[in-house]
Amino acid sequence: MTDSVTQPIIDIEDLSISFGHGADRVDAVKNVSFAVAPGESYGLVGESGSGKSTILRALAGLNPHWSGRMAIAGQQLTANRPRALRRLVQMVFQDPYGSLHPKHTVDRILSEPLIIHGFDDIETRVRAALDRVGLGPAFRFRYPHQLSGGQRQRVAIARALILEPKVVLLDEPTSALDVSIQAEVLNLLTDLRQQLGLTYVLVSHDLGVVAHMCKRLAIMRTGEVVETASADDLSEGRLLHAYSRQLLIASRGYDEAAIAAFGDF
Amino acid sequence: MDNGPILEVEKLNIRFNTPVGEVHAVRDVSFTMGREKLAIVGESGSGKSQTGRAILGLTPGKVTADKLAFHGQSLLNLDDQQWRAIRGRRIAMVMQDPKYSLNPVMTVGEQLLEAARDIKEEAQARQHALGMLAAVRIRDPERVYRAWPHELSGGMGQRAMIAMMLMAEPELLIADEPTSALDVTVRLQVLAILDDLVKMRHMGLIFISHDLNLVRTFCDRVLVMYAGQVLERLKASELEQAKHPYTRGLLACPPEIDHRRQRLPVLQRDPSWMDPVRQ
Repeated sequence: MTDSVTQPIIDIEDLSISFGHGADRVDAVKNVSFAVAPGESYGLVGESGSGKSTILRALAGLNPHWSGRMAIAGQQLTANRPRALRRLVQMVFQDPYGSLHPKHTVDRILSEPLIIHGFDDIETRVRAALDRVGLGPAFRFRYPHQLSGGQRQRVAIARALILEPKVVLLDEPTSALDVSIQAEVLNLLTDLRQQLGLTYVLVSHDLGVVAHMCKRLAIMRTGEVVETASADDLSEGRLLHAYSRQLLIASRGYDEAAIAAFGDF
Repeated sequence: MDNGPILEVEKLNIRFNTPVGEVHAVRDVSFTMGREKLAIVGESGSGKSQTGRAILGLTPGKVTADKLAFHGQSLLNLDDQQWRAIRGRRIAMVMQDPKYSLNPVMTVGEQLLEAARDIKEEAQARQHALGMLAAVRIRDPERVYRAWPHELSGGMGQRAMIAMMLMAEPELLIADEPTSALDVTVRLQVLAILDDLVKMRHMGLIFISHDLNLVRTFCDRVLVMYAGQVLERLKASELEQAKHPYTRGLLACPPEIDHRRQRLPVLQRDPSWMDPVRQ
């Protein structure tokens, strides 16, 4: 791998994550290394159980049980992460129906992280955050059940951005949405990255979404990075590993002959 | 075997009474199908799932239709006994998520046998069940037969679900997003199984989906639904030549690996798409 990353904002080396003990031990992530430059959008692709979301959760600080080295903006991460460092890394989850508290208004959902992190001007910031994701002030006192799936995901993005992070972790941010709404949310994410100079790590099972959002990506299977590639490698079919090639074929739709030739990985 | 249509639907309407007034979820939907793969495509709320459910009398809404007939027999106003002769036996349904549609406290085998109550001889029923598991390309049918649903992966669970639906050898299978909970490669393998069944058992398949790209490559014909109506009907192979701006918009907005764009086109919804469609 020839990375021309000089001063990466995310630097992961030899990351391993396992669950359970003894015979029940599952190695969910095995010796994964990658680096992401500031302002870059990096993709993690794979099928369920490949470990892609597990990496994201460890990076977000949601799972302290990992080994190896992870650094954000030059600071080594430990199991206990200082609050200022937590603020720099925010996450948007897959399911906009599950990730917003059903009994909290949008205003409370957006204010809470500000209060925890000791921000002032809370009202101004909440208004600005809603504006930034294309939701007007009318949405401020609504509850999640009064919003559509796309609007909820906009609230989730607003919540992630309200702490002015440098890194945003996107875990299948559009897989629960209709394709027309997906297009709107992906365009919004593209705009926000440019406007705010954000760095993204995007996890998805959809090669199309990753190729659209990311210049570089890693293809994962059973906890390991099978191959790293560029978006151009995908469109030009320059993939080395049989598993990656199979994923690429599968993403192009139904083809009886191709499916009959699928291998078991 | 008769070669008439399997299903005839004329001016199907479904209405729901809600606290905020009546919602007209499906409006004047008409189609006829034979032994083919018919896709009903649309976004959430377009009425595609309710249309599928109405065929089996499973929608909680109020259903009216000029005609809703299966091999010429009307499905309107059937009593419970008449429904039992059809549901699961001649028309079966596969739902989206095997996690919720399999009974968690019964083994897969017990659930398969439940679907084979017509077969009196238990050993024979068991053989039939194992044969169905093999037909959906489960490599170790004996193991899956003994397994509990939580011991199966999503793809395996969905195959078991399809096997169960096929126990009675239905003439029509309604599949509501049968593969959207599955990984891409497994998704295609499950579709290949459905494809085989349509060809080999001469079954009709109604494939309800939001994924136009998948439907384009998998189905024979496509009905595009929006706000409860069929806006456009096309051969799957001619989807590229779709005329309606909604269909064209849906085709254009997914990101493509081979054709990368800075921004994705966004649907500009026209209020006139809600107007009654002249069929």
